[in-house]
Amino acid sequence: MLGIIGTVPEEEFPFIHGKVVLKDDNIIINGLNVPVNRGTPALIAAAIKAQEYFNGPEIYAFLAGDIGKGDGSRRLYHFLSQHLSDFDFRVLTFHYLQPDIEWHNKVLSVIEQLKNRPVLIADAGFMYAAKMSGKAKHYDFFTPDVGELSFLADEIAPHPFYTRGFILHQNDNVPDLIKRAYKFGNASNYLLVKGETDYVVDETNVFDTVNQPSFEAMEVIGGTGDTITGTLGVLCCADFKPHEAAVIAAKVNRWAAYYVNPHPATQVAELINKIPEALIKIMNENQKMPIPSN
Amino acid sequence: MFKLFKNKKNDRGLSVERGILVFQNTSEVIEAEKILKKSGRPVRVMGPPPEIQTGCDLVIEFPLIEELNILRELNENKIKPLSIVPVTAPLLEPVDLFHTRDYGDYLMVRAANMKITVEKKNRKIVNISGGGCPDVPYVAWQMVGKSLTETQRPRDLGYTLCAYALDLAYEELLKKC
Repeated sequence: MLGIIGTVPEEEFPFIHGKVVLKDDNIIINGLNVPVNRGTPALIAAAIKAQEYFNGPEIYAFLAGDIGKGDGSRRLYHFLSQHLSDFDFRVLTFHYLQPDIEWHNKVLSVIEQLKNRPVLIADAGFMYAAKMSGKAKHYDFFTPDVGELSFLADEIAPHPFYTRGFILHQNDNVPDLIKRAYKFGNASNYLLVKGETDYVVDETNVFDTVNQPSFEAMEVIGGTGDTITGTLGVLCCADFKPHEAAVIAAKVNRWAAYYVNPHPATQVAELINKIPEALIKIMNENQKMPIPSN
Repeated sequence: MFKLFKNKKNDRGLSVERGILVFQNTSEVIEAEKILKKSGRPVRVMGPPPEIQTGCDLVIEFPLIEELNILRELNENKIKPLSIVPVTAPLLEPVDLFHTRDYGDYLMVRAANMKITVEKKNRKIVNISGGGCPDVPYVAWQMVGKSLTETQRPRDLGYTLCAYALDLAYEELLKKC
């Protein structure tokens, strides 16, 4: 089972957890409809679309309303620190949560004590907290864009907003930023760096780079990083090696874009709908279809 | 009063002329900055020193000589800092680099990790991307589809550093189109 933890951008949205399905452009969890526009609902929708291809895994989400005040995130952190051990996940993806080092450490400490340790993927705010906690190595994947990679590479920045200029100026030098992030212990075991060229690496290997098909507009479309991370979670539940899963996720995102032919005003929901088509293409090329585990 | 603060020393005998105001959350920082800048106070939003970082923080740096005036002004506006800390080491500076990209009919400005894109002919915001704090999807939801002038600003809608960065990008975009 794939667990996804994140927030919904509505202040009144309750704390909720359960299996999620997708209907039209809404995810449905415990009878509540959430539009798929961006943020964690977009990540979940991408995962569900990817799951359609593999006919699994089940997707279980933990969500709370949070518009940046941190209240919903704290509710999630609190619940997970108390109850995560009641669940059994193959993969856990953490997403839009208010970065909070103390709460992050509490949740990670619960995960470390689980009988079956899940594959851990951290993106967005939770990745910021994971880096700042100094526990990046406890994670299997961070999925930064190039700006966030600069933040990982800056050993003293507590948030991308404070990345020092001399590091930001190296934005075009992704391999050096990756090296620096690993040098200071601020990168997870694997990195999937999202950019004009996507990089799939660990501390010593560049497994692959993906840069085709290429669409300049992808940089500005909100949620295109969320869709890669959503797809990655599903692939990690299948029997792919981590770096294979990351390369496929990167390719699928690009081909989903190809089928949409995006421009700067394209919305992410259009891309999400093309994920199955893109998966079919990539999997046919790979001629490999492992059986996912629930 | 001036001399008192000018010569203030910390435990290690270092001269202390600046202090920081620490608040409960980023939205209070943004509000306090708005009030203090409006009245011409020489304040700057900066990153907190490592010993008080929690993960998504801003502090306001100010000349200690202004402490009483600033506290009075914040008090009048019902904003109360959690603490006031003297500063001896350099603070982290917010990103001040902007990256602009022209897509023909569209223009994108990026500040730190936040990007905002408008359609040039009508200044309509068509996309907001980047960022990791939970107000990013909320701010995007509120702003996308509106023109630059009819929307509320990111700093009025959001509560985190990501919203603050987006506000800088928004401001830069206003200058450019």
